[in-house]
Amino acid sequence: MSIFEAILLTVITASTPLVIAALGELVAERSGVLNLGVEGMMIMGAVAAFAGAQMSGSPYIGLICGIAAGALFSLLFGFLTLTLVANQVATGLALTILGLGVSGMLGESFVSVPGIRLSPIVFPFLSDIPVIGSVLFRQDLTFYLSIALLIGVSWFLFRSRAGLKLRAIGDNHASAHALGINVIRTRYLAVIFGGACAGLAGAQLSLVYTPQWVENMSSGRGWITLALVVFASWRPLRVFAGGYLFGAVTILQLHAQAFGIGIPAQFLSMLPYAATIVVLVIISHNRRTTLINTPASLGKAFVPER
Amino acid sequence: MRIELEKRPQVSKLYAFVSPLLALALTLIAGAIMFAILGKDPIEALDAFFIEPLLEVWSLHELAIKAAPLILIAVGLSVCYRSNNWNIGAEGQFTVGAITGSILPIVFTEWHSPMVLPLMLIMGAIGGALFAAIPALLKAHFNTNEILTSLMLVYIAQLFLDWLIRGRWRNPQGFNFPESVSFPPEATLPAIWEESGRAHWAFIFAIVAAVLVWFMMKYTLKGFEIVVLGQSERAGRFAGFSSKRMIWFGFLFSGALAGLAGISEVSGSIGHLQPAISPGYGFTAIIVAFLGRLNPLGIILSGLVLALTYLGGEAAQLSIGVSDKVTRVFQGLLLFFVLSCDTLIYYKIRIIWSRVRGGAA
Repeated sequence: MSIFEAILLTVITASTPLVIAALGELVAERSGVLNLGVEGMMIMGAVAAFAGAQMSGSPYIGLICGIAAGALFSLLFGFLTLTLVANQVATGLALTILGLGVSGMLGESFVSVPGIRLSPIVFPFLSDIPVIGSVLFRQDLTFYLSIALLIGVSWFLFRSRAGLKLRAIGDNHASAHALGINVIRTRYLAVIFGGACAGLAGAQLSLVYTPQWVENMSSGRGWITLALVVFASWRPLRVFAGGYLFGAVTILQLHAQAFGIGIPAQFLSMLPYAATIVVLVIISHNRRTTLINTPASLGKAFVPER
Repeated sequence: MRIELEKRPQVSKLYAFVSPLLALALTLIAGAIMFAILGKDPIEALDAFFIEPLLEVWSLHELAIKAAPLILIAVGLSVCYRSNNWNIGAEGQFTVGAITGSILPIVFTEWHSPMVLPLMLIMGAIGGALFAAIPALLKAHFNTNEILTSLMLVYIAQLFLDWLIRGRWRNPQGFNFPESVSFPPEATLPAIWEESGRAHWAFIFAIVAAVLVWFMMKYTLKGFEIVVLGQSERAGRFAGFSSKRMIWFGFLFSGALAGLAGISEVSGSIGHLQPAISPGYGFTAIIVAFLGRLNPLGIILSGLVLALTYLGGEAAQLSIGVSDKVTRVFQGLLLFFVLSCDTLIYYKIRIIWSRVRGGAA
């Protein structure tokens, strides 16, 4: 395997969780719900996946536990913001704070326990193609899921009737309600989908990226995910591209640290966060395009008139 | 079963007062259940967590020490949030305030003067404000989401502090520990009441800040401007208020208080600079602000409550052997219950048991 292939492989591993979580958040935001709790759902997914894999011995059970934990946790957010119309920004923060606390507590007995790695699925014949084969057809399940999600979410949002309704709710919930679309139920489903994706992304962290449990191991990825959705102006393919851009930045700075290019490690570690800020500024400085792309009801509470 | 909300014709004054108390009660109940699941006696655990730290003088001092940064930061955030600007990077502004405030005792070690301490505090506040100016500038002039930028800057500030302490600012006589030189006495925030315990002046700053901001919000035009712009930017524009200037004001003000909290913590409680200077005060202060209903006087009370969760966590770890991570869980739960109970202020909640009902779908 060449150095180039090795770097490409690590970039994929670093980008996959960002892509998965961002696609989930994208669906939630397209329905008009701003869930700032991605970091909390992700870390819950990570700890649940690690625990599930340890107890059952199977990383696939772990993966399912991670997805379930993320979905359940998002339900809490849904109940507060959709049923009780609590402030979405504050509730999202609460979800993150609670997630970091609960995962830290649950994970205490798993610290420095060797993890179980999700092994790659090797496609026969296809994996023998030089470069492409080893990069694309010798990956673990989460990578294939991220591709499936990209295709599925794109199809759902722009080619299906349900997706059209979901976008209608995100753009104007009062009109959608008047048309007889069930706003609250759709938003619940979108929030749960976002939670499941964040949970899966967390599971990828503790089963593939670094197969172990470390407190706060999501280290801001949930927040970067939120930035990615804005960066991608709420479009799935751009989320995918953005995810890989950030994955590449993360990996390149790690390699730069390893090679020792004379820049202190701390400054290189700042890169993904600084890059997020720079990209956000570039994307949002044009007020008009931002306004056109943003789901118009994003973050606004909806109480049906009776 | 369904839950339906009906908007109250007027905001309920009763629930505005009761909801934080209700949230506290629900948190305690949830906490009792959690301790029971962990296999501890719930009563004993809650006693260790929330009562015992209040029974001794030294731990009351610790309470004041932990409440001070929480109240200082939350009072600043409440102004920012009232104006509908979401600064959630107070942790970063706290860190930068600690760094800029420490320049005098770490770099200019030869300079001994009674002016050192006041200058340190001012420099800390300025540092925090300048760091908060970044998301303000980006929001006001580039329309960039301040939630994400202020949060990303937290990581950057912490990494910068780490670099300083492991490099340039490391104490040469410190046996390679990542610590700065210890602050001399003239750079140390004095205790309020030396004979009684170690609570220092940061707590006084916090109370003074809360009272001043309370006065500003209630009796000055600025306070009115903040509230109007926060509730309706359009209405504010008609009144001749500028939302851009308000972004700057909200961020600089909250950043300055967070920076002051940072240098006060380092100077008064820690005594030197080190990579970890805060157990998440900047984030917990967000909970303090909400539990205090964004009212500076309420924030004094809620700051004391959240400070108690830190103390209780440490105490419960020692006495009944639960993880100190329980603190974070309590804080998260509390914010959840506060937010859900706040619904009662604006809405009547009706629970409908029957499945069939015409009209609403």
